[in-house]
Amino acid sequence: MLRHVVVVGASAAGLSAAESLRSKGYDGKLTLIGEEPHPPYDRPPLTKQVLSGVWEPERVVLRDQTAISKLDADVRLGQTAVGLDVSQRTLRLGPRTAGPDPARREPQSGQAGTGVEQLAFDGLVIATGVRARRLPGSELAGVHTVRTLDDALALRSALLSGPRVVVVGAGFLGTEVAAAARGLGLDVTLVDPGPAPLQRQFGVRVADLVAQTHSDHGVRLRMNSGVTRFVSTEGRVTGVELTDRTVLAADVVVVAIGAVPATEWLADSRLPIGDGLECDATCRAAPGIYAAGDVASWYNPRFDRRMRVEHRLNATEQGSAVAANLLGADQPFAPVPYFWSDQYDVRLQAYGIFPRDATTTVVHGDPSDRRFAVAYVENGTVVGVLGWNCPPRDLRALRQLVADRAPDLVGR
Amino acid sequence: MKVFVDQDRCVASGQCVFAADGVFDQRDEDGIAVVLDDSPPDDRRAEVQDAAAGCPAVAITVEG
Repeated sequence: MLRHVVVVGASAAGLSAAESLRSKGYDGKLTLIGEEPHPPYDRPPLTKQVLSGVWEPERVVLRDQTAISKLDADVRLGQTAVGLDVSQRTLRLGPRTAGPDPARREPQSGQAGTGVEQLAFDGLVIATGVRARRLPGSELAGVHTVRTLDDALALRSALLSGPRVVVVGAGFLGTEVAAAARGLGLDVTLVDPGPAPLQRQFGVRVADLVAQTHSDHGVRLRMNSGVTRFVSTEGRVTGVELTDRTVLAADVVVVAIGAVPATEWLADSRLPIGDGLECDATCRAAPGIYAAGDVASWYNPRFDRRMRVEHRLNATEQGSAVAANLLGADQPFAPVPYFWSDQYDVRLQAYGIFPRDATTTVVHGDPSDRRFAVAYVENGTVVGVLGWNCPPRDLRALRQLVADRAPDLVGR
Repeated sequence: MKVFVDQDRCVASGQCVFAADGVFDQRDEDGIAVVLDDSPPDDRRAEVQDAAAGCPAVAITVEG
């Protein structure tokens, strides 16, 4: 019988876990801890509507005050977990450390007088997400990352002065930022060591079209280019030096080179840490301790592999699944991951997984019409489907292909 | 029970149609969600609530 559940992380996954606990009948004590000072908010719009200025920042809030009150939870914002004792079932909490990068904070000891508080729990949900990966020189003025609302507002503000923008990293975040900055009419260069944007994610066929789309909209692409250093004057970035020694002049640099799971506070917990907090198929890391969202690495039986998913829908679904399991459901979490990205007039939608060695087949429409879908096939099984402005009915049918075929993987 | 979709928030994921087909559909041209039945019968409440909870864009509201 659970009496006190603590949810560490007050973004989409943590909120979903907290709400699901209540909707599934948990009526014990509930504590929700959020490192940021903001109430739970939605991250996908940050690089889309917020950066482009289409939305006022208030619109990203996930729940109004009434809905948060209905949770009947002790919601602690601006606090962060700094340690976990699994056998004693206690968390150590501290205030959010001032400074731009909490990841660099030294773990604090539990001694009195350091502002550290002990919090006992009997059920725990770890939903601490990820932190933006940084490059040396990130402390320079004009160098940005985009992970939090404050990050997005700072970048939005910087973009309003009409800077020359260099985006480092052509993954989902980098390509969305480049598109938003071009939408504001700015001079934008997109840099990546790979041969084309999103190639790591979706392979050559789709990546070439992504490259073409960005070129068509006036983004300069510097692919096959690494960054050696930032050039600066008086603490402000003025350029980005590439591996071929050319320097791209820049007033604003956006570093979008991926993210790392926020597990540093678990270093002494003896919980298994790999690429994220490693859990079993039910998302359990230890008895009564579960993980959800970007931080969770778990075994997905549908695809017969361990995965960690940084997508918005997964945060909600995994939060809900973990709540059910904490209350005794003990069910494997076997979703078909879903992801979308909006860039210019292109809506990319992806169901499933996209292994590097998968073969690709166009299964709907024609890429030259910019309205098509590609299936990703691994060992004779469709494991992923990517739609590019694909009509919804067709895309839903294709998603079913991924959902239906994948169980065959488990049976073999 | 009354069901609303904020089409300005909708990202065309189609998750609502998976959760509660017949209550929700998607526009053919852009995939944006539409409500087919804004006062569904009470026996569909669980499906509709799943659709609202599972919307990746937080675009669905259920009242009553």
